[in-house]
Amino acid sequence: MSEAITSDFLMKTPFHARTAPLCLSGKWGRWAGYSSVDCFYSVTEEYFAVRTAASLFDMSPMIKYRVTGRDAARFVNRLITRDIGACPPGHGLYVCWCDGDGKLIEDGTVFRLAENDFQINTAEHNFCWFEDTALGLDVTIADVSEEFAALALQGPLSRLVLERLGLTGIEAMPYFGLAWFTLDEAPLLVSRTGFTGDLGYELWIEPGRAEMLWDRLMAAGKDYRLTPIGAAALEMVRIEAGLIEIGFDYIGAEAALRESRKRSPYELGLGWLVDLKKSYFVGKRALAEEKRRGGPRWRLVGLEIEGNKPAIESFIYRGRTEVGHVTSAMWSPTLKKNIAIAVLEAPYATPKADLWAEIWHPRELEIRKINAPCRVVRRPFYDPPRRKA
Amino acid sequence: MKRYDAIVIGAGHNGLTAAAYLARAGKSVVVLERRPVIGGAAVSEELYPGFTYSSCSYVSSLMRPEIMRGLDLPRYGLQIIPYEGILTILPDGDYLASYSDPDLTRRENLRHSKRDAEAFGRFSLEVLRQCRFIKPMLLMTPPDPTSFKLDDIRGLIWMGRKFADLSERQMYDVMRFWTMSCADFLDEYFESEAVKGQLAGSSIIGTALGPRSPGSAYILLHHYMGEVDGDIGAWGYARGGMGAISRALAGAAQAHDCEIRTEAEVSQIIVKGGKAVGVALADGEEVYGTAIVSNLDPKRTFLKLMPLEHLDDTFIDQVRNFKIRGSSGKLNIALDGWPEFIAKPPIPAPLYSSIQIHRTLDDLERAYDDWKNGMWSRHPYLDIVIPSGLDPTMAPPGKHYMSVFVQYVPPKLKDGPWDDAKRSAFADTVIDTLAEICPNIRDLILHMQVRSPWDLENEVGLTEGNIFQGELTLDQLMFNRPFPGYAQYRGPLRRLYMCGSCTHPGGGVMGAPGANAAREILKDFKRRILR
Ligand SMILES: Cc1cc2nc3c(=O)[nH]c(=O)nc-3n(C[C@H](O)[C@H](O)[C@H](O)COP(=O)(O)OP(=O)(O)OC[C@H]3O[C@@H](n4cnc5c(N)ncnc54)[C@H](O)[C@@H]3O)c2cc1C
Repeated sequence: MSEAITSDFLMKTPFHARTAPLCLSGKWGRWAGYSSVDCFYSVTEEYFAVRTAASLFDMSPMIKYRVTGRDAARFVNRLITRDIGACPPGHGLYVCWCDGDGKLIEDGTVFRLAENDFQINTAEHNFCWFEDTALGLDVTIADVSEEFAALALQGPLSRLVLERLGLTGIEAMPYFGLAWFTLDEAPLLVSRTGFTGDLGYELWIEPGRAEMLWDRLMAAGKDYRLTPIGAAALEMVRIEAGLIEIGFDYIGAEAALRESRKRSPYELGLGWLVDLKKSYFVGKRALAEEKRRGGPRWRLVGLEIEGNKPAIESFIYRGRTEVGHVTSAMWSPTLKKNIAIAVLEAPYATPKADLWAEIWHPRELEIRKINAPCRVVRRPFYDPPRRKA
Repeated sequence: MKRYDAIVIGAGHNGLTAAAYLARAGKSVVVLERRPVIGGAAVSEELYPGFTYSSCSYVSSLMRPEIMRGLDLPRYGLQIIPYEGILTILPDGDYLASYSDPDLTRRENLRHSKRDAEAFGRFSLEVLRQCRFIKPMLLMTPPDPTSFKLDDIRGLIWMGRKFADLSERQMYDVMRFWTMSCADFLDEYFESEAVKGQLAGSSIIGTALGPRSPGSAYILLHHYMGEVDGDIGAWGYARGGMGAISRALAGAAQAHDCEIRTEAEVSQIIVKGGKAVGVALADGEEVYGTAIVSNLDPKRTFLKLMPLEHLDDTFIDQVRNFKIRGSSGKLNIALDGWPEFIAKPPIPAPLYSSIQIHRTLDDLERAYDDWKNGMWSRHPYLDIVIPSGLDPTMAPPGKHYMSVFVQYVPPKLKDGPWDDAKRSAFADTVIDTLAEICPNIRDLILHMQVRSPWDLENEVGLTEGNIFQGELTLDQLMFNRPFPGYAQYRGPLRRLYMCGSCTHPGGGVMGAPGANAAREILKDFKRRILR
């Protein structure tokens, strides 16, 4: 194979020159066509940096859209199930959007940069869907994914790192707030958002200044154990935070091959994002009808499972009847508990249900089947007050 | 007057564990602590502005995950941050690091011995087997050997098969392991002094045994049988210092209306009609309760708090003969910056681990000889950690907290009692030793707390400063702990219970003695022996 092909096969993020030498484990993954670090040195170390100190995650491969024009707010309100009116300029919102049948396409964040200027951050490509939704409106939708490098700075000491960086006023920034700063003459957007369920921020900068941002942050974080982390540690904290992930906990309606695999927001525990009082949004009629009929068949829940063997891909039973399955599972080092996100048939999605998980656990090449009692619990599993404080 | 279901004497972590379990079961509980702070030897203190010292115990592994989960301790702020392993620094700047990754560890050992690189795997597997045998017994009340023939080796073999999938031959190894010396055990596996020295550290910490004393192999095991998140043998820092464990336990107890009183020293256990019925405090106040639970070591409980006329002579002899010998000291140091060590491992993780100065088995044995002669070791064994490296909340930004555990230090010196001059001479020995691997240490010291066994006894209330509330030798373990006939947490009088580290499964910040004691007490409530 020619060299040109191998070197261009996966794209490099704007932080690659910084992350690559630190990736001692050699564990890389792929994310939207980019190489992305899975683990730098030890997942455990990286996990604990998020939960006890400060962590840095390169999230540049995230897909970002810029929506502008006279009707931009109208467009967003037509797209999402929440009311964008509740989000003044300078704030962000966690949202989801559905197809006309009320099936979830994706969940993500929307930043309201100005009255009619938005940034929408997603994991999947949504350009066609957004353009279709914009039919008849005066808006411009642009894929600006490559115009921003992005870092997630998360953990209980993350605020101290930004103070040390010299971002004045950062301590007053509210949960889901946005703020603009200038760092070394480069415009820097900071949002108080994240995928960890902890105190944290996301930082957005032009790609040409990415390395400068990385270096400045690492210097500012020296005394706070600021640790670069990979996707493996992030996956752990997002499960503890009870956050769902497309491709793991659900299949987006635009990607599902089988009709029965599509899910409504109500099925995924996102009912709180659906505002049926809004005059219109895509999928409203179907969702109102679903609600009227008493809700959908499935419910996404948090489970606490006995023992310490993660219930990966386990089936959940009540008595001898299979009533659901696990979508994400882990041993939580912070809670010292075996936790999982699962999809259950609605009548069993209650703390009162007497459930058990069938866990297949390899023990020196011998697979053991464990029937572990489990119970439905509130998500997030872990929710420190500092997340919003 | 209020009568509690249970009075716990001492707010050490085991007293708090027992109290939390009792309170959760709906019992009315009061904990009476002599000091202004709770936690006993599991405590965090700010003795110099901005610095948090784990002034006694400093690292966690033994704390049972079942207890953390059962009492929901993370909800009350408990987080344990694991670290990598051990870094031994040799005098010439070479080093031996152990990592969580077995391949990295093998490569390290290979630099010191070709054989030991592989023997390390064998050794670890054997220790793991031993741990798997012990693990189910930790949260179990030791069987009474008079009703269960545990002295019969067949009984043990049965337990080994059942709990740990061990063969008969492996069970004989268990017996050997519990009685042999650490040096003999290590000699069976290793040839390199660096490797043996690194592993031997765990066999002498806190004990008045040398590496060549029979029984010291068990001490090593005692330090390996803990875990962090299922990783057996791993150690970590409690975020915010070891006091975070005690605070979380207190939080769990208080959530169920347990009262915790500090500066409430118990001066006597009140006995009426052959039963323990309450306690008298130093200021004369009397507190009454149904179960009286002592978190103190047996010498304190029975020789200081209990009117002797209520105990028979044989029992008093057992108490007197209980081995509780102090052998450890400690320095807590506030540092102005990160200390530079002469060893420079390419990966920083080992520097955040437990750092030791290289000692051969012979060095350690000679250090022990000094102790026998009534002086602190001239070339002591040091276990050094810098918790602020992984937990920046322990010190102001850029500054660091260093804990230096010192073995061996006698509670009584041959040339007279501990005083300020001796304490400072002892500190000099330790700092001189430290300077061998960390040349700039002296320039960095902002504040230092020096603790001899005498200080530990007088401040924390551990007799002779013995960190385990009693030596961990087979004659004082399992159904012999603290004494034969009294291993099931019940004292010699009715309604009197013991829940400290002096009971099974012993010392360390483990919570198991407290949890086991609470279980037995609740059993007695259920059987209406207590009411
Ligand atoms: C220097 C040092 C280092 C150590 N390092 C470690 C380590 O790193 N890791 C580890 O796992 N273990 C370590 N240990 C061992 C561990 O800390 C102890 O074994 C454990 O904390 C003992 O707990 P406990 O609850 O059984 O008793 P204690 O902690 O001894 O609690 C007894 C309590 O009773 C109180 N008390 C005493 N007399 C009275 C009275 N008359 N009235 C009321 N209250 C009274 C005391 O003040 C104290 O609070 C260390 C110990 C020491 C001393």
